[in-house]
Amino acid sequence: MSSKSAIETLNLTKKFNGVKAVDDLSLKIEHGEVFGLLGPNGAGKTTILMMLTTLIQPTAGTALVNGYDIRKEQDKVRKSIGIVFQDPSSDDILTGYENLKLHAMLYDVPDEVVESKIGEVLKLVDLEDRKKELVKNYSGGMRRRLEIARGLLHQPAVLFLDEPTLGLDPQARERIWQYIRKLANEKNVTIVLTTHYMEEADLLCNRIAIIDKGKIVALDTPGNLKKIIGGDIIRIKSPEPNIEAIRKLDFVKKVEMVDGTVSITVEGARRHLTTILEAIGKVDSVYVREPTLNDVFLHYTGGEMEDSGAEGGWAERMMSAQTRGR
Amino acid sequence: MGREDDERPDEGEIEMGALKAIYAMWYREIRVFSREKSRIVASVINPLFFLLIFGGGLGNIGGFGTVGGEVFIFPAIVGMVLLFTSIFFGLYIVWDRKVDFLKEVLVAPISRLSMFIGKIVGGSTDSIIQATLVLILGVFIGVNYTPLSIPLTFGFMFLTTTILVSIGLIMGSRMESPEGFQLITSFVVFPMFLLTLFPFDKLPSYLVPFAYIDPMTYAVDGLRGVIIGANYFPVYLDAVVLAVLDCIFIATGTYAFQKMKI
Repeated sequence: MSSKSAIETLNLTKKFNGVKAVDDLSLKIEHGEVFGLLGPNGAGKTTILMMLTTLIQPTAGTALVNGYDIRKEQDKVRKSIGIVFQDPSSDDILTGYENLKLHAMLYDVPDEVVESKIGEVLKLVDLEDRKKELVKNYSGGMRRRLEIARGLLHQPAVLFLDEPTLGLDPQARERIWQYIRKLANEKNVTIVLTTHYMEEADLLCNRIAIIDKGKIVALDTPGNLKKIIGGDIIRIKSPEPNIEAIRKLDFVKKVEMVDGTVSITVEGARRHLTTILEAIGKVDSVYVREPTLNDVFLHYTGGEMEDSGAEGGWAERMMSAQTRGR
Repeated sequence: MGREDDERPDEGEIEMGALKAIYAMWYREIRVFSREKSRIVASVINPLFFLLIFGGGLGNIGGFGTVGGEVFIFPAIVGMVLLFTSIFFGLYIVWDRKVDFLKEVLVAPISRLSMFIGKIVGGSTDSIIQATLVLILGVFIGVNYTPLSIPLTFGFMFLTTTILVSIGLIMGSRMESPEGFQLITSFVVFPMFLLTLFPFDKLPSYLVPFAYIDPMTYAVDGLRGVIIGANYFPVYLDAVVLAVLDCIFIATGTYAFQKMKI
């Protein structure tokens, strides 16, 4: 079997004790793409990754990674991919350099190029000056960078990143993003990453698959996904909002009450803001923004907007809107 | 999960890859070992006390034939160092798995056999280095080494430590957490060691069956034969039993590694 795509899954399914963690997944990831698997914890992202990297066997179906079958050609799959795990997997009683050296031996990187390759990947993640230090003295971000470098050392065609910035502080996260973008631009490598950070998926990925309960609920570019929401979002806090008046306006697409604020989806928010403010009555505060992936995500994974559980998501979105500095 | 039975394109290339993988595993162990100097020193202190206090006391009670008590238990102390170091080396993969380093090795395109052999070579190197420090102490209690006894001693140590590292790795690959270490020390390691302290023919009859199934019996008997000439079984028989046990445990261990989950 051969395949022109970097990854092609064919009805990939994984059950744990009869429960479907990944449900009949078929998707194609092209060479050179940065592809995101976005979903809440427990959606099945990591299980998909574990199957694609041959760490667990599918219950049914299969996948081709670089043209190799994950069921039948595990060693070839493994040689052609790099993996950066969610949890640290470098040896902390070894130095950064020793970790890379060990990796080169395990992946049978030709002796004559080992040193130059190690130098190259260390440079890529700016760890050249710390290579002789024990990994236990590294910060979380440095460790993740070392592991990204390690994942690239044997020149894999596909690099898998499982929640690459989980548990990192904002600066470290920002830096990891830079490296991932650099990789995507400079190296000829396909990147598949899982994340539950909307912002991360939005910033890094060419295409995103939104995964919920083991299934793909949406798959497109971040831009196209956001178009689905169909407009900007205006949030108004008002003591006595005149919701009926808002509903009557023809440019308003959707009106909802969320925790005492009115959430209005509008095409061209800035143009229509005055009209809306006039219609709604007394106003305490107003917040206008463009749709984010989070809105898309909530749209597909079942409108949790109405219940109080969405509050955290809202706060996070406000925060992410700020950190993006728009 | 049958990772070994993939098609192999080029036999020669794979052989080299396997050797490199074994070397990689060994390289890691030696690097780690060399950074734990305090552990090495500590590992010699305990045997020293055993040798001087326990061996000295036993010697005064008498009944060891031509050699003194310290000298008689000396091979058992060498065995003890091999036993504790090797078994715990093996068990430590529980910890490797917990701190996630093992993941890196488990996802590498190397066979579980290479992985297992690499671990054995690494662990054996550790414990033979530590046992050698104890062997040097032997000179001070009157052990005479000969040009023949030294290579034979190392031969026995190698046969023994490979069995023990395998046992440790097998148990470690089945364990979920390091909490079981204490149980294994109490129920496996200590009895295996204690049985070797006494002359085989002086053991009470209810202990004899246990001594027969204790691999350390043959290891220490063999060492007694080559170091001080006080063996109970013929030395070649000890070697054969150990070699057979090696085959069994290495095969079992490779199987256990193949079944090991991440």
